[in-house]
Amino acid sequence: MSTKVMIPTPLRAYTEKKDVVLLEGNTVGDLLHQLTSTYAPLRRHLFDDQGSLRSFVNVYVNDEDIRYLQQEETRVTEKDTVSIIPSIAGGKESAQ
Amino acid sequence: MRESAPRLDPTKVRLSNEEIRRYGRHLILPEVGLEGQMKLKAASVLVVGAGGLGSPLALYLAAAGIGRLGIVDFDLVEESNLQRQILHSTPYIGRPKLQSAKDRILSINPNVAVELFSARLTSENALDIIRQFDVIVDGTDNFPTRYLVNDACVLLHKPNVYGSIFRFEGQVSVFSAPDGPCYRCLYAEPPPPGLVPSCAEGGVLGVLPGIVGTMQAMETVKLILGIGEPLIGRLLLFDGLSMRTRELKLQRNPECKMCGDHPEITTLVDYEAFCGITPAPAASENQKAFSISTGELKRKLDHGDPVLILDVREVQEYEIAHLESLLIPLNDLPRRVNELDSSQEIVVLCHTGVRSGRAVEFLKQMGFRKVKNLVGGIDEWAELIDTEMPRY
Repeated sequence: MSTKVMIPTPLRAYTEKKDVVLLEGNTVGDLLHQLTSTYAPLRRHLFDDQGSLRSFVNVYVNDEDIRYLQQEETRVTEKDTVSIIPSIAGGKESAQ
Repeated sequence: MRESAPRLDPTKVRLSNEEIRRYGRHLILPEVGLEGQMKLKAASVLVVGAGGLGSPLALYLAAAGIGRLGIVDFDLVEESNLQRQILHSTPYIGRPKLQSAKDRILSINPNVAVELFSARLTSENALDIIRQFDVIVDGTDNFPTRYLVNDACVLLHKPNVYGSIFRFEGQVSVFSAPDGPCYRCLYAEPPPPGLVPSCAEGGVLGVLPGIVGTMQAMETVKLILGIGEPLIGRLLLFDGLSMRTRELKLQRNPECKMCGDHPEITTLVDYEAFCGITPAPAASENQKAFSISTGELKRKLDHGDPVLILDVREVQEYEIAHLESLLIPLNDLPRRVNELDSSQEIVVLCHTGVRSGRAVEFLKQMGFRKVKNLVGGIDEWAELIDTEMPRY
């Protein structure tokens, strides 16, 4: 009973280049915590120091934003696809 | 519409016989017809950025017969732009992108009134520029300008046709349309600098902005004609590698600080600060102690000093050009830091000095003291020291 979690290109550097990770859990929160325990360096890209999902990372169950469902408590089944969609800007090195 | 420039009345514009011949394939489409073509001629569109996204946008909008096309840009054409920025061409290297854009647009369609804004879009000029156009197309390449374009469009009630790219993936949507969401509803805040790699670090396949920019041009034309289903409240994701598109639902966030029910932001702010980018302060004595110029490194190497050069770029970049060095890409550094000897003098380099600066900060936290950032990176080394070395 595992659910598909889609990893976006910018974060694949932290998931051994995998674009899909199969994880077991009943809620989006379960899946994300499993994901970040398997791939620890990914954690700071998804969660802030208080453990809240960062505001430039959105999580969708199928095509619905979890902010308008039950957030991290949103329940998932093996039929669902969870997608992590971070903001992308294109262009230049921002620190220059 | 509040504070907007007076829109031309499409029933008052006329198409010449030359224009009727030119737009014949539009005119025979029932969804466009003579009335639609007159709407396009009466319309004004602002393209923010004449780069990868702005190129196909400007070309197709000009060809489609948009009456007035504004372009904001301040860059010069560089060789490394030509892999994707098809608005520009080799003879224009070193000249302003705006000049190249104008020449190209008028050679496609001399009926277009081209307006050039040779400036960086800022909080000071954005409202005055954006106010003059009906539809705004965001072809920018950085977070501060994206939030600026978004906020100005929300304040002026202008539709904002959004496109963004990374490596092989793109996002497209239409923001700030009546009752639709804005960019801040999607992402309330930008990532801190350095957390998300940029195209300059991550690369981009040249065809990708062509596809995403063309989708933006399509949305722009649909908005002007009032046909089809614009991408309002929908985020289109495009993956060029798998050649798959997906669509996610977006909604206006009633708590959005910009376009929500009780907006907190009612004026433009300092977007560099909002995005966590502070102007580079004059290097402090402390920073100077942890940096080295290309000239100093050359002297050390010529002198035979036992210095380890640590290259933190990606393998593909290393293959283009490198010094005798140890390659550990920045992302792998935390895992491989034990390969380094903290008692040895280490010079860290990357392409231009940004990633190596982050690497030096990290190594300092790990207790390294004899570590220096090569200012200007391998790019400056190739420019000043080893002029035979290829630059990218």
